[in-house]
Amino acid sequence: MAELREKAQLMDSQDLNRVIRRIAHEMVEHNKGTENMVLVGIHRRGVYIARRLQKLIEEAEGQKVPCGELDITLYRDDLTALAEQPIIHSTRIPVDIAGKHVFLVDDVLFTGRTVRAALEALVDLGRPQIVQLAVIIDRGHRELPIHADICGKKVPTSKNEVIEVKVSELDGKDEVVICERDA
Amino acid sequence: MTWRHRSVIDVDDWTREEFLFFLDQSRHMENVMDRPVKKVPALRGKMCVNLFFENSTRTRVSFELAEKMLSADVVNWSVSGSSTAKGETMRDTAWTLEAMGADIVVMRHGAVGAAQYLASKLKHGIVLNAGDGTHAHPTQALLDVYTAWKHFGSLEGRKIALVGDVLHSRVARSDVIAFKTMGCEVVLSGPPTLMPREVECLGVTYERDARKAVEDADMVYLLRIQRERQQDGLFPSVDEYHRWWGADEELMKLAKPGALAMHPGPINRGVEIASEVADGHQSVILEQVRSGVATRMALLYLCGGGAR
Repeated sequence: MAELREKAQLMDSQDLNRVIRRIAHEMVEHNKGTENMVLVGIHRRGVYIARRLQKLIEEAEGQKVPCGELDITLYRDDLTALAEQPIIHSTRIPVDIAGKHVFLVDDVLFTGRTVRAALEALVDLGRPQIVQLAVIIDRGHRELPIHADICGKKVPTSKNEVIEVKVSELDGKDEVVICERDA
Repeated sequence: MTWRHRSVIDVDDWTREEFLFFLDQSRHMENVMDRPVKKVPALRGKMCVNLFFENSTRTRVSFELAEKMLSADVVNWSVSGSSTAKGETMRDTAWTLEAMGADIVVMRHGAVGAAQYLASKLKHGIVLNAGDGTHAHPTQALLDVYTAWKHFGSLEGRKIALVGDVLHSRVARSDVIAFKTMGCEVVLSGPPTLMPREVECLGVTYERDARKAVEDADMVYLLRIQRERQQDGLFPSVDEYHRWWGADEELMKLAKPGALAMHPGPINRGVEIASEVADGHQSVILEQVRSGVATRMALLYLCGGGAR
Protein backbone atom coordinates (compact mmCIF):
# COMPACT_ATOMS: atom_id res chain seq x y z
CA MET A 1 0.00 0.00 0.00
CA ALA A 2 1.30 3.47 -0.94
CA GLU A 3 2.53 5.61 1.93
CA LEU A 4 0.76 8.87 2.77
CA ARG A 5 2.87 12.00 2.82
CA GLU A 6 1.56 15.14 4.50
CA LYS A 7 1.41 17.94 1.95
CA ALA A 8 -0.12 20.89 3.76
CA GLN A 9 -2.11 21.89 6.81
CA LEU A 10 -5.57 23.13 5.87
CA MET A 11 -6.77 24.03 9.35
CA ASP A 12 -5.06 24.31 12.69
CA SER A 13 -6.78 23.72 16.01
CA GLN A 14 -8.33 27.19 16.16
CA ASP A 15 -9.59 27.03 12.57
CA LEU A 16 -11.17 23.63 13.14
CA ASN A 17 -12.88 24.76 16.33
CA ARG A 18 -14.23 27.87 14.58
CA VAL A 19 -15.65 25.69 11.82
CA ILE A 20 -17.30 23.32 14.29
CA ARG A 21 -18.74 26.32 16.18
CA ARG A 22 -20.16 27.74 12.93
CA ILE A 23 -21.67 24.35 12.01
CA ALA A 24 -23.34 24.22 15.44
CA HIS A 25 -24.94 27.63 14.84
CA GLU A 26 -26.02 26.68 11.31
CA MET A 27 -27.65 23.51 12.64
CA VAL A 28 -29.74 25.47 15.10
CA GLU A 29 -30.59 27.94 12.35
CA HIS A 30 -31.63 25.17 9.93
CA ASN A 31 -33.73 23.59 12.64
CA LYS A 32 -35.14 26.90 13.89
CA GLY A 33 -34.13 26.04 17.42
CA THR A 34 -33.27 22.74 19.08
CA GLU A 35 -36.68 21.13 19.23
CA ASN A 36 -36.94 17.64 17.75
CA MET A 37 -33.24 17.71 16.91
CA VAL A 38 -30.97 14.65 17.10
CA LEU A 39 -27.25 14.55 16.29
CA VAL A 40 -25.84 11.30 14.90
CA GLY A 41 -22.10 10.98 14.37
CA ILE A 42 -20.78 8.49 11.86
CA HIS A 43 -17.97 6.31 13.20
CA ARG A 44 -15.28 7.11 13.92
CA ARG A 45 -14.42 10.83 13.84
CA GLY A 46 -17.98 11.90 13.13
CA VAL A 47 -18.86 10.67 16.61
CA TYR A 48 -16.36 13.02 18.31
CA ILE A 49 -17.38 15.96 16.14
CA ALA A 50 -21.07 15.31 16.94
CA ARG A 51 -20.29 15.30 20.67
CA ARG A 52 -18.54 18.66 20.36
CA LEU A 53 -21.49 20.03 18.42
CA GLN A 54 -23.81 18.83 21.17
CA LYS A 55 -21.74 20.70 23.76
CA LEU A 56 -21.59 23.90 21.69
CA ILE A 57 -25.35 23.85 21.03
CA GLU A 58 -25.99 23.38 24.74
CA GLU A 59 -23.74 26.35 25.54
CA ALA A 60 -25.47 28.55 22.97
CA GLU A 61 -29.08 27.47 23.42
CA GLY A 62 -29.18 26.07 26.93
CA GLN A 63 -30.69 22.84 25.62
CA LYS A 64 -28.98 19.47 25.49
CA VAL A 65 -29.88 17.79 22.21
CA PRO A 66 -29.64 13.99 22.02
CA CYS A 67 -26.45 12.73 20.41
CA GLY A 68 -25.84 9.22 19.10
CA GLU A 69 -23.29 7.24 17.16
CA LEU A 70 -23.80 5.23 14.00
CA ASP A 71 -21.63 2.46 12.62
CA ILE A 72 -22.10 1.77 8.93
CA THR A 73 -19.82 -1.27 8.62
CA LEU A 74 -22.68 -3.74 8.20
CA TYR A 75 -24.15 -1.53 5.45
CA ARG A 76 -21.07 -1.21 3.26
CA ASP A 77 -21.48 -2.34 -0.33
CA ASP A 78 -17.85 -3.33 -0.82
CA LEU A 79 -17.36 -6.06 1.80
CA THR A 80 -15.96 -8.68 -0.56
CA ALA A 81 -13.72 -6.17 -2.31
CA LEU A 82 -11.89 -5.21 0.86
CA ALA A 83 -8.47 -6.64 1.59
CA GLU A 84 -9.11 -6.65 5.32
CA GLN A 85 -12.19 -7.44 7.31
CA PRO A 86 -13.77 -4.21 8.57
CA ILE A 87 -14.36 -3.97 12.31
CA ILE A 88 -17.87 -3.39 13.58
CA HIS A 89 -18.30 -0.54 16.06
CA SER A 90 -21.24 0.30 18.23
CA THR A 91 -24.44 1.96 17.10
CA ARG A 92 -26.10 3.85 19.94
CA ILE A 93 -28.82 6.41 19.52
CA PRO A 94 -30.35 7.39 22.85
CA VAL A 95 -33.79 8.36 21.49
CA ASP A 96 -36.29 7.02 18.99
CA ILE A 97 -35.49 8.87 15.77
CA ALA A 98 -38.99 8.45 14.32
CA GLY A 99 -40.33 11.89 13.38
CA LYS A 100 -37.11 13.65 14.44
CA HIS A 101 -34.86 16.06 12.60
CA VAL A 102 -31.63 14.11 12.36
CA PHE A 103 -28.29 15.71 11.59
CA LEU A 104 -25.80 13.16 10.31
CA VAL A 105 -22.28 14.30 11.15
CA ASP A 106 -19.07 13.16 9.48
CA ASP A 107 -15.56 14.49 9.04
CA VAL A 108 -15.03 14.23 5.28
CA LEU A 109 -17.52 13.88 2.43
CA PHE A 110 -15.94 12.09 -0.52
CA THR A 111 -17.69 9.56 -2.79
CA GLY A 112 -20.94 9.65 -0.81
CA ARG A 113 -20.97 5.90 -0.25
CA THR A 114 -20.50 6.21 3.50
CA VAL A 115 -23.46 8.59 3.68
CA ARG A 116 -25.57 6.26 1.53
CA ALA A 117 -24.79 3.41 3.95
CA ALA A 118 -25.53 5.71 6.91
CA LEU A 119 -28.93 6.64 5.48
CA GLU A 120 -29.77 2.96 5.04
CA ALA A 121 -28.65 2.19 8.58
CA LEU A 122 -30.63 5.12 9.91
CA VAL A 123 -33.95 4.17 8.33
CA ASP A 124 -33.60 0.67 9.76
CA LEU A 125 -33.67 2.30 13.18
CA GLY A 126 -36.73 4.44 12.57
CA ARG A 127 -38.25 6.95 10.17
CA PRO A 128 -36.88 10.44 10.77
CA GLN A 129 -38.89 13.39 9.53
CA ILE A 130 -35.81 15.02 7.95
CA VAL A 131 -32.19 13.96 7.65
CA GLN A 132 -29.51 16.55 6.98
CA LEU A 133 -25.81 16.10 6.53
CA ALA A 134 -23.09 18.16 8.18
CA VAL A 135 -19.41 17.64 7.35
CA ILE A 136 -16.17 19.44 8.11
CA ILE A 137 -14.67 18.99 4.63
CA ASP A 138 -16.25 18.30 1.24
CA ARG A 139 -13.46 17.09 -1.02
CA GLY A 140 -15.57 16.34 -4.10
CA HIS A 141 -15.42 13.21 -6.31
CA ARG A 142 -18.99 12.18 -5.57
CA GLU A 143 -20.14 8.82 -6.97
CA LEU A 144 -23.72 9.20 -5.72
CA PRO A 145 -26.19 12.10 -5.78
CA ILE A 146 -25.47 13.20 -2.21
CA HIS A 147 -24.55 16.66 -0.93
CA ALA A 148 -23.83 18.23 2.42
CA ASP A 149 -26.45 20.58 3.86
CA ILE A 150 -23.84 22.16 6.12
CA CYS A 151 -20.20 22.13 5.14
CA GLY A 152 -17.17 23.53 6.96
CA LYS A 153 -14.99 23.93 3.91
CA LYS A 154 -14.96 22.78 0.28
CA VAL A 155 -11.53 21.56 -0.77
CA PRO A 156 -11.05 20.47 -4.37
CA THR A 157 -8.68 17.50 -4.33
CA SER A 158 -7.15 15.03 -6.73
CA LYS A 159 -7.92 11.33 -6.28
CA ASN A 160 -4.32 10.84 -5.26
CA GLU A 161 -4.85 13.02 -2.23
CA VAL A 162 -6.41 12.26 1.13
CA ILE A 163 -7.91 14.69 3.63
CA GLU A 164 -7.32 13.83 7.27
CA VAL A 165 -9.42 15.51 9.93
CA LYS A 166 -7.68 14.88 13.23
CA VAL A 167 -9.46 15.23 16.55
CA SER A 168 -7.69 15.41 19.89
CA GLU A 169 -9.88 12.67 21.43
CA LEU A 170 -8.52 10.16 18.93
CA ASP A 171 -5.42 11.65 17.34
CA GLY A 172 -4.01 13.75 20.18
CA LYS A 173 -4.48 17.04 18.31
CA ASP A 174 -7.02 19.05 16.32
CA GLU A 175 -6.11 19.84 12.73
CA VAL A 176 -6.99 19.17 9.11
CA VAL A 177 -4.23 18.13 6.74
CA ILE A 178 -4.04 17.19 3.09
CA CYS A 179 -1.87 14.19 2.31
CA GLU A 180 -0.63 12.71 -0.91
CA ARG A 181 -0.04 9.09 -1.75
CA ASP A 182 3.51 8.34 -2.80
CA ALA A 183 3.59 6.84 -6.27
CA MET B 1 -6.87 -6.51 13.69
CA THR B 2 -6.78 -8.72 10.59
CA TRP B 3 -9.17 -11.67 10.71
CA ARG B 4 -7.18 -14.69 9.55
CA HIS B 5 -9.81 -17.43 9.82
CA ARG B 6 -11.82 -18.37 6.75
CA SER B 7 -13.22 -21.83 7.40
CA VAL B 8 -13.72 -22.61 11.08
CA ILE B 9 -13.38 -26.27 11.97
CA ASP B 10 -12.50 -25.76 15.64
CA VAL B 11 -11.26 -23.03 17.93
CA ASP B 12 -8.03 -24.80 18.90
CA ASP B 13 -5.89 -22.41 16.86
CA TRP B 14 -7.57 -19.23 18.11
CA THR B 15 -5.55 -16.91 20.30
CA ARG B 16 -6.99 -15.10 23.30
CA GLU B 17 -6.72 -11.84 21.39
CA GLU B 18 -8.83 -13.33 18.60
CA PHE B 19 -11.43 -14.53 21.10
CA LEU B 20 -11.63 -11.06 22.64
CA PHE B 21 -11.99 -9.41 19.24
CA PHE B 22 -14.67 -11.94 18.31
CA LEU B 23 -16.59 -11.37 21.56
CA ASP B 24 -16.61 -7.63 20.97
CA GLN B 25 -17.92 -8.12 17.43
CA SER B 26 -20.61 -10.51 18.71
CA ARG B 27 -21.77 -7.84 21.16
CA HIS B 28 -22.40 -5.46 18.29
CA MET B 29 -24.22 -8.20 16.39
CA GLU B 30 -26.45 -8.80 19.39
CA ASN B 31 -27.49 -5.15 19.23
CA VAL B 32 -28.88 -5.82 15.74
CA MET B 33 -31.23 -8.38 17.34
CA ASP B 34 -32.77 -5.62 19.47
CA ARG B 35 -33.51 -3.25 16.60
CA PRO B 36 -36.98 -2.75 15.11
CA VAL B 37 -35.59 -4.04 11.78
CA LYS B 38 -33.57 -7.14 12.70
CA LYS B 39 -31.73 -7.26 9.44
CA VAL B 40 -28.57 -5.70 8.03
CA PRO B 41 -27.33 -6.06 4.44
CA ALA B 42 -23.81 -7.23 5.31
CA LEU B 43 -24.02 -10.58 3.46
CA ARG B 44 -26.48 -9.54 0.78
CA GLY B 45 -25.94 -11.64 -2.33
CA LYS B 46 -24.09 -14.39 -0.49
CA MET B 47 -25.44 -17.93 -0.57
CA CYS B 48 -25.28 -20.00 2.58
CA VAL B 49 -25.99 -23.72 2.51
CA ASN B 50 -26.85 -25.43 5.77
CA LEU B 51 -25.80 -29.01 5.18
CA PHE B 52 -27.02 -31.16 8.03
CA PHE B 53 -26.19 -34.87 7.96
CA GLU B 54 -27.40 -35.14 11.54
CA ASN B 55 -30.61 -33.72 12.93
CA SER B 56 -30.20 -30.56 14.92
CA THR B 57 -33.11 -28.20 14.94
CA ARG B 58 -31.72 -25.56 17.27
CA THR B 59 -28.26 -25.23 15.71
CA ARG B 60 -29.71 -25.16 12.21
CA VAL B 61 -32.38 -22.61 13.12
CA SER B 62 -29.81 -20.51 14.96
CA PHE B 63 -27.53 -20.46 11.91
CA GLU B 64 -30.49 -19.80 9.62
CA LEU B 65 -31.63 -16.83 11.69
CA ALA B 66 -28.09 -15.46 11.79
CA GLU B 67 -27.75 -15.83 8.01
CA LYS B 68 -31.11 -14.17 7.39
CA MET B 69 -30.36 -11.28 9.76
CA LEU B 70 -27.26 -10.65 7.65
CA SER B 71 -29.41 -10.80 4.47
CA ALA B 72 -27.71 -13.90 3.01
CA ASP B 73 -29.69 -16.28 0.81
CA VAL B 74 -30.21 -19.54 2.67
CA VAL B 75 -30.61 -23.09 1.42
CA ASN B 76 -31.24 -25.90 3.88
CA TRP B 77 -29.94 -29.22 2.61
CA SER B 78 -30.87 -32.17 4.73
CA VAL B 79 -29.51 -35.63 4.11
CA SER B 80 -32.86 -37.39 4.00
CA GLY B 81 -34.13 -37.37 0.44
CA SER B 82 -30.96 -35.77 -0.88
CA SER B 83 -28.56 -37.28 -3.35
CA THR B 84 -26.26 -38.12 -0.44
CA ALA B 85 -28.84 -40.68 0.67
CA LYS B 86 -28.62 -42.10 -2.84
CA GLY B 87 -24.94 -42.77 -2.43
CA GLU B 88 -23.26 -39.55 -3.54
CA THR B 89 -19.86 -39.04 -1.94
CA MET B 90 -19.13 -35.98 0.14
CA ARG B 91 -16.53 -34.90 -2.40
CA ASP B 92 -19.20 -34.85 -5.11
CA THR B 93 -21.58 -33.02 -2.77
CA ALA B 94 -18.90 -30.40 -2.15
CA TRP B 95 -18.28 -29.84 -5.82
CA THR B 96 -22.02 -29.72 -6.51
CA LEU B 97 -22.47 -27.03 -3.86
CA GLU B 98 -19.60 -25.04 -5.27
CA ALA B 99 -20.96 -25.32 -8.81
CA MET B 100 -24.28 -23.99 -7.52
CA GLY B 101 -22.47 -20.96 -6.15
CA ALA B 102 -22.45 -21.64 -2.41
CA ASP B 103 -20.29 -19.10 -0.61
CA ILE B 104 -20.61 -20.46 2.91
CA VAL B 105 -21.39 -24.06 3.88
CA VAL B 106 -22.47 -24.78 7.43
CA MET B 107 -22.09 -28.48 8.04
CA ARG B 108 -23.00 -30.91 10.75
CA HIS B 109 -21.88 -34.50 10.34
CA GLY B 110 -21.63 -37.57 12.54
CA ALA B 111 -18.08 -38.32 11.43
CA VAL B 112 -15.00 -36.75 12.97
CA GLY B 113 -13.11 -34.73 10.36
CA ALA B 114 -16.02 -34.39 7.94
CA ALA B 115 -15.97 -30.58 8.06
CA GLN B 116 -12.21 -30.50 7.55
CA TYR B 117 -12.56 -32.85 4.58
CA LEU B 118 -15.28 -30.70 3.01
CA ALA B 119 -13.18 -27.56 3.49
CA SER B 120 -10.26 -29.24 1.71
CA LYS B 121 -12.46 -30.04 -1.28
CA LEU B 122 -14.00 -26.59 -1.75
CA LYS B 123 -11.92 -24.23 -3.86
CA HIS B 124 -13.63 -20.99 -2.81
CA GLY B 125 -16.38 -21.79 -0.35
CA ILE B 126 -16.04 -21.33 3.37
CA VAL B 127 -16.94 -24.17 5.74
CA LEU B 128 -18.25 -23.53 9.23
CA ASN B 129 -18.32 -26.63 11.38
CA ALA B 130 -21.66 -27.05 13.15
CA GLY B 131 -20.44 -30.22 14.87
CA ASP B 132 -18.46 -33.19 13.55
CA GLY B 133 -18.85 -36.45 15.45
CA THR B 134 -17.25 -36.33 18.86
CA HIS B 135 -14.56 -33.93 17.64
CA ALA B 136 -15.63 -30.29 17.76
CA HIS B 137 -18.51 -27.87 18.03
CA PRO B 138 -16.79 -24.50 17.70
CA THR B 139 -19.88 -22.31 17.52
CA GLN B 140 -21.24 -23.83 20.74
CA ALA B 141 -17.93 -23.02 22.44
CA LEU B 142 -18.06 -19.47 21.10
CA LEU B 143 -21.59 -18.87 22.33
CA ASP B 144 -20.75 -20.37 25.71
CA VAL B 145 -17.69 -18.17 26.14
CA TYR B 146 -19.68 -15.14 24.96
CA THR B 147 -22.48 -15.81 27.47
CA ALA B 148 -19.98 -16.13 30.33
CA TRP B 149 -17.98 -13.09 29.16
CA LYS B 150 -21.10 -10.94 29.16
CA HIS B 151 -21.73 -11.89 32.79
CA PHE B 152 -18.23 -11.70 34.17
CA GLY B 153 -16.29 -9.42 31.85
CA SER B 154 -12.85 -10.95 32.13
CA LEU B 155 -12.82 -14.75 32.35
CA GLU B 156 -9.24 -14.85 33.63
CA GLY B 157 -9.03 -17.02 36.74
CA ARG B 158 -12.69 -18.09 36.64
CA LYS B 159 -13.50 -21.71 37.33
CA ILE B 160 -15.83 -23.77 35.16
CA ALA B 161 -17.01 -27.27 36.06
CA LEU B 162 -18.14 -29.34 33.07
CA VAL B 163 -20.26 -32.19 34.36
CA GLY B 164 -21.59 -35.17 32.44
CA ASP B 165 -20.85 -37.20 29.33
CA VAL B 166 -17.47 -35.80 28.31
CA LEU B 167 -16.55 -38.94 26.36
CA HIS B 168 -19.13 -38.44 23.63
CA SER B 169 -19.28 -34.64 23.83
CA ARG B 170 -17.85 -32.44 21.08
CA VAL B 171 -19.22 -29.51 23.09
CA ALA B 172 -17.02 -30.43 26.05
CA ARG B 173 -13.89 -30.70 23.92
CA SER B 174 -14.37 -27.34 22.22
CA ASP B 175 -15.45 -25.70 25.48
CA VAL B 176 -12.34 -26.95 27.29
CA ILE B 177 -10.13 -25.39 24.60
CA ALA B 178 -12.09 -22.13 24.50
CA PHE B 179 -12.40 -21.57 28.26
CA LYS B 180 -8.77 -22.50 28.85
CA THR B 181 -7.63 -20.06 26.17
CA MET B 182 -9.64 -17.40 27.98
CA GLY B 183 -7.71 -18.15 31.17
CA CYS B 184 -10.27 -20.29 33.01
CA GLU B 185 -9.60 -23.23 35.28
CA VAL B 186 -11.51 -26.23 33.91
CA VAL B 187 -12.65 -29.17 36.02
CA LEU B 188 -14.41 -32.14 34.46
CA SER B 189 -16.74 -34.43 36.32
CA GLY B 190 -18.94 -37.37 35.44
CA PRO B 191 -19.05 -41.14 35.57
CA PRO B 192 -15.62 -42.63 34.83
CA THR B 193 -17.25 -44.61 32.04
CA LEU B 194 -18.17 -41.34 30.31
CA MET B 195 -14.72 -39.80 30.66
CA PRO B 196 -11.98 -40.03 28.03
CA ARG B 197 -8.85 -41.86 29.08
CA GLU B 198 -5.91 -39.69 30.12
CA VAL B 199 -8.23 -36.69 30.32
CA GLU B 200 -5.49 -34.67 32.07
CA CYS B 201 -3.77 -34.38 28.67
CA LEU B 202 -6.33 -31.67 27.94
CA GLY B 203 -4.81 -29.55 30.70
CA VAL B 204 -7.81 -30.02 32.99
CA THR B 205 -8.46 -31.87 36.21
CA TYR B 206 -10.95 -34.68 36.65
CA GLU B 207 -13.01 -34.94 39.79
CA ARG B 208 -15.29 -37.92 39.97
CA ASP B 209 -17.43 -36.39 42.70
CA ALA B 210 -19.57 -33.63 41.16
CA ARG B 211 -19.91 -31.97 44.58
CA LYS B 212 -16.14 -31.48 44.78
CA ALA B 213 -15.93 -30.42 41.12
CA VAL B 214 -18.41 -27.57 41.45
CA GLU B 215 -16.94 -26.27 44.72
CA ASP B 216 -16.25 -22.55 44.26
CA ALA B 217 -17.04 -22.73 40.54
CA ASP B 218 -18.15 -19.61 38.71
CA MET B 219 -19.90 -21.69 36.05
CA VAL B 220 -21.49 -25.12 36.24
CA TYR B 221 -21.92 -26.55 32.76
CA LEU B 222 -24.20 -29.56 32.52
CA LEU B 223 -23.59 -31.74 29.49
CA ARG B 224 -26.51 -33.52 27.89
CA ILE B 225 -26.89 -37.19 28.63
CA GLN B 226 -27.94 -38.94 25.49
CA ARG B 227 -30.59 -41.29 26.75
CA GLU B 228 -30.03 -43.63 23.79
CA ARG B 229 -26.51 -44.28 25.08
CA GLN B 230 -27.94 -45.37 28.38
CA GLN B 231 -28.68 -48.67 26.70
CA ASP B 232 -24.95 -49.20 26.29
CA GLY B 233 -24.79 -49.58 30.06
CA LEU B 234 -22.32 -46.73 30.57
CA PHE B 235 -24.07 -45.81 33.81
CA PRO B 236 -26.50 -47.87 35.85
CA SER B 237 -29.68 -45.80 35.55
CA VAL B 238 -30.97 -42.32 34.81
CA ASP B 239 -32.10 -41.96 38.43
CA GLU B 240 -28.73 -42.90 39.76
CA TYR B 241 -27.01 -40.57 37.30
CA HIS B 242 -29.19 -37.70 38.46
CA ARG B 243 -28.45 -38.46 42.07
CA TRP B 244 -24.66 -38.34 41.54
CA TRP B 245 -24.11 -35.93 38.68
CA GLY B 246 -27.38 -34.15 38.08
CA ALA B 247 -27.58 -30.48 39.01
CA ASP B 248 -30.12 -29.60 41.66
CA GLU B 249 -30.26 -26.66 44.05
CA GLU B 250 -28.11 -28.49 46.59
CA LEU B 251 -25.32 -28.97 44.07
CA MET B 252 -25.54 -25.35 42.88
CA LYS B 253 -25.20 -24.14 46.49
CA LEU B 254 -21.67 -25.56 46.53
CA ALA B 255 -20.63 -23.30 43.66
CA LYS B 256 -19.90 -19.60 44.17
CA PRO B 257 -22.89 -17.38 44.89
CA GLY B 258 -24.17 -16.14 41.55
CA ALA B 259 -22.55 -19.01 39.65
CA LEU B 260 -24.03 -19.59 36.21
CA ALA B 261 -25.87 -22.81 35.35
CA MET B 262 -25.19 -23.57 31.68
CA HIS B 263 -26.38 -26.25 29.29
CA PRO B 264 -26.00 -26.68 25.50
CA GLY B 265 -29.59 -27.87 25.12
CA PRO B 266 -31.86 -29.62 24.56
CA ILE B 267 -32.19 -30.31 28.28
CA ASN B 268 -33.20 -33.55 29.90
CA ARG B 269 -35.13 -32.35 32.92
CA GLY B 270 -34.54 -34.55 35.92
CA VAL B 271 -31.51 -36.22 34.37
CA GLU B 272 -28.50 -33.90 34.06
CA ILE B 273 -30.41 -30.90 35.33
CA ALA B 274 -33.38 -30.48 37.67
CA SER B 275 -36.15 -28.10 36.65
CA GLU B 276 -35.45 -25.95 39.72
CA VAL B 277 -32.00 -25.22 38.27
CA ALA B 278 -32.97 -25.08 34.59
CA ASP B 279 -35.67 -22.52 35.34
CA GLY B 280 -33.92 -20.93 38.33
CA HIS B 281 -32.29 -17.52 38.67
CA GLN B 282 -28.82 -18.91 38.00
CA SER B 283 -29.78 -20.47 34.70
CA VAL B 284 -28.45 -18.77 31.55
CA ILE B 285 -29.69 -21.48 29.19
CA LEU B 286 -31.97 -19.15 27.23
CA GLU B 287 -29.26 -16.50 27.17
CA GLN B 288 -27.01 -19.12 25.58
CA VAL B 289 -29.63 -19.63 22.87
CA ARG B 290 -29.71 -15.89 22.19
CA SER B 291 -25.92 -15.71 22.27
CA GLY B 292 -25.89 -18.46 19.65
CA VAL B 293 -27.53 -16.22 17.07
CA ALA B 294 -25.25 -13.25 17.86
CA THR B 295 -22.02 -15.25 17.76
CA ARG B 296 -23.01 -17.06 14.57
CA MET B 297 -23.77 -13.71 12.96
CA ALA B 298 -20.31 -12.51 13.94
CA LEU B 299 -18.69 -15.67 12.61
CA LEU B 300 -20.56 -15.56 9.31
CA TYR B 301 -19.71 -11.89 8.90
CA LEU B 302 -16.04 -12.17 9.80
CA CYS B 303 -15.43 -15.30 7.71
CA GLY B 304 -17.65 -14.24 4.82
CA GLY B 305 -16.22 -10.76 4.34
CA GLY B 306 -12.99 -9.41 2.90
CA ALA B 307 -11.25 -10.21 -0.36
CA ARG B 308 -10.59 -13.81 -1.40
